[in-house]
Amino acid sequence: MAYALQQLINGLTLGAVYGLIAIGYTMVYGIIGMINFAHGDIFMVSAFIAVTAFTLLAAFDITSLPLAITAVLITAIFFTSAYGWAVERMAYRPLRGSTRLAPLISAIGMSIFLQNMVQLTQGARVKPIPPVLEGGIEIWQSGGFTVQISWTQIMIVLVTIVLMVAFTYLITQTAFGRQQRACEQDSTMTALLGINVDRTISATFMLGAALAAVAGVMVTVYYGVVDFFIGFVAGIKAFTAAVLGGIGSLPGAMLGGLIIGLIEAFWAAYLSPEYKDVATFSILILVLMFRPSGLLGRPEVEKV
Amino acid sequence: MKKTLIATAFLALGAQAQLAHADLTVAIAGPMTGQYASAGDQIRRGAEMAIADINAKGGVLGQKLKLEVGDDACDPKQAVSVANTMVNKKIVFMHGHWCSSSTIPASEVYVEADIPMATVSTNPQVTERGLKNIFRIMGRDDQQGLVAGSYIAEKFKGKKAAVLDDKSAYGKGLADEMAKAMTAKGLKPTLRESITAGEKDYSGIVTKLKQAGIEVLAYGGYHTEVALILRQAQQAGLKLTVMGGDTMTNSELVTAAGANSDNVMFTFSPDPRKNPDAAPIVKRFRDAKVEPEGYVMYAYAAMQLFADAATQAKSTKFSDLEKTMRGNTFKTVIGELAFDAKGDQKQPGFVVYQWKGGQYDYAAK
Repeated sequence: MAYALQQLINGLTLGAVYGLIAIGYTMVYGIIGMINFAHGDIFMVSAFIAVTAFTLLAAFDITSLPLAITAVLITAIFFTSAYGWAVERMAYRPLRGSTRLAPLISAIGMSIFLQNMVQLTQGARVKPIPPVLEGGIEIWQSGGFTVQISWTQIMIVLVTIVLMVAFTYLITQTAFGRQQRACEQDSTMTALLGINVDRTISATFMLGAALAAVAGVMVTVYYGVVDFFIGFVAGIKAFTAAVLGGIGSLPGAMLGGLIIGLIEAFWAAYLSPEYKDVATFSILILVLMFRPSGLLGRPEVEKV
Repeated sequence: MKKTLIATAFLALGAQAQLAHADLTVAIAGPMTGQYASAGDQIRRGAEMAIADINAKGGVLGQKLKLEVGDDACDPKQAVSVANTMVNKKIVFMHGHWCSSSTIPASEVYVEADIPMATVSTNPQVTERGLKNIFRIMGRDDQQGLVAGSYIAEKFKGKKAAVLDDKSAYGKGLADEMAKAMTAKGLKPTLRESITAGEKDYSGIVTKLKQAGIEVLAYGGYHTEVALILRQAQQAGLKLTVMGGDTMTNSELVTAAGANSDNVMFTFSPDPRKNPDAAPIVKRFRDAKVEPEGYVMYAYAAMQLFADAATQAKSTKFSDLEKTMRGNTFKTVIGELAFDAKGDQKQPGFVVYQWKGGQYDYAAK
């Protein structure tokens, strides 16, 4: 029982990170109907920005932990949003209105470009940071097994919950959220009503990148190592989470992330860690067979 | 006209002199450029020093040695073209290549041309293909697993151990050998699992190890995953000792795992700098501002091996050299070398090391 609880904590933490990245996929899909394959690499870039920021802070001898993490978060969000904006401006906007496939190919190109850029400028070797936030609390002891939850895990889950609440408010209650939803439903009509569609799309990309930045910082603090290839695995898992939860749906992305995190943790716990990816993707196939629009997705209505 | 004549006369003299002392060409090959260039550099420095020393003592069979350097950048295709170039240069001995994936295809070229070679590549396949010309002066990956597995079984008798690999050819092979050796010595692994390399989250497997009460982890794979596992084990409150292979010599492990790296042991070839017989050579290297680490002394030993074998055989013909190398024991800076029928070194070439405060040294017996 204690063992299961520990794996539940592991799975929730992992799922929270997947969920944060998945929201970026799902928002972009919602608004322009394309999969931003460079999103995983935006996440990777943010992890590198976080490592650089942590190193700089250490060089300036700023050791106060909350201060350091806040500063790194702000830096990473700022620069990563700029990346998100630039990617949209350079690779997708010029292709808007062309075939559906063109931005998809352009996104894959952007992903390869970002990976190689980081590899060339930062080197192919892993970049470690010394442990930032160590220790945790023992919450339960049973049968010789101590359930531990580390401060980093608590931080990841808390930050995710706060961001989810803030995001739901932003999308459902604010003027920007209304504009965004309007673009999603009918961008031509939205433009006719005097809303700057391009700017809304840019803002969506920046928001998605900002969430990826938070995930990047969390991953850097949690695992302590980054390399130029982490965007690929994380991107694929998060994309799967978005599809599983129903692409285009914000709560769906979060739910998908959590489900994938939990499947991975429990499969590794009770069956074989070797086959956990097989399990994850098998469940994705099963869900899509019976609910093609994902768990929380709305079936697409053909407009005539 | 007169000048030309004189010049021609000098040229002719030069040519004659060369005929009288036709040099013996020996070669090294390895990654002189690219990601692993530091290993190539070590090989070159060792070989250059050895050849200078051998020539200072009058060379081999009255002839001076000349060194050719080939750069394969650890690329199998480039290794084959380097091998062809070397064959054209009529080399009589090759020390190389470094990467097993380069050594294996290149050796096919050398065996066709009857050129004996000494290599430090560790993949079992290097000597398992029945080639007559290969002599390995380093241990094999399967010996490595045996040494590591036996050490765990003796040192951690009665404790719970797990064997883990990263599903790579190297990692799985090594882990299988470690598991076999542990079972043979009476410490049956409690868990035998595989993970996917390149991921970041290993908390699932770490919790599983904790649940099973594992204290020792035998790991086949690369240092990056070990660093992550150790960090996550510490967060989960699990104290873990890890035993790995030669890949754990990478100092990236220490930067990534921090103080946790003190719990890492690994097998690697014996440190030739600690061989008392080699002390004068070590000093000569250090005087020349070369630290004789890694493969430096191995390259030196390879050249010694050739010089001794040729002197004993009184010939540089392949059949004579091959017979001498296989039949005799050679005293080199890395200790005594003797080879079995496959061309593997008879002494098992691995010892157990442990990281301590960012440095590694022999582990306590």
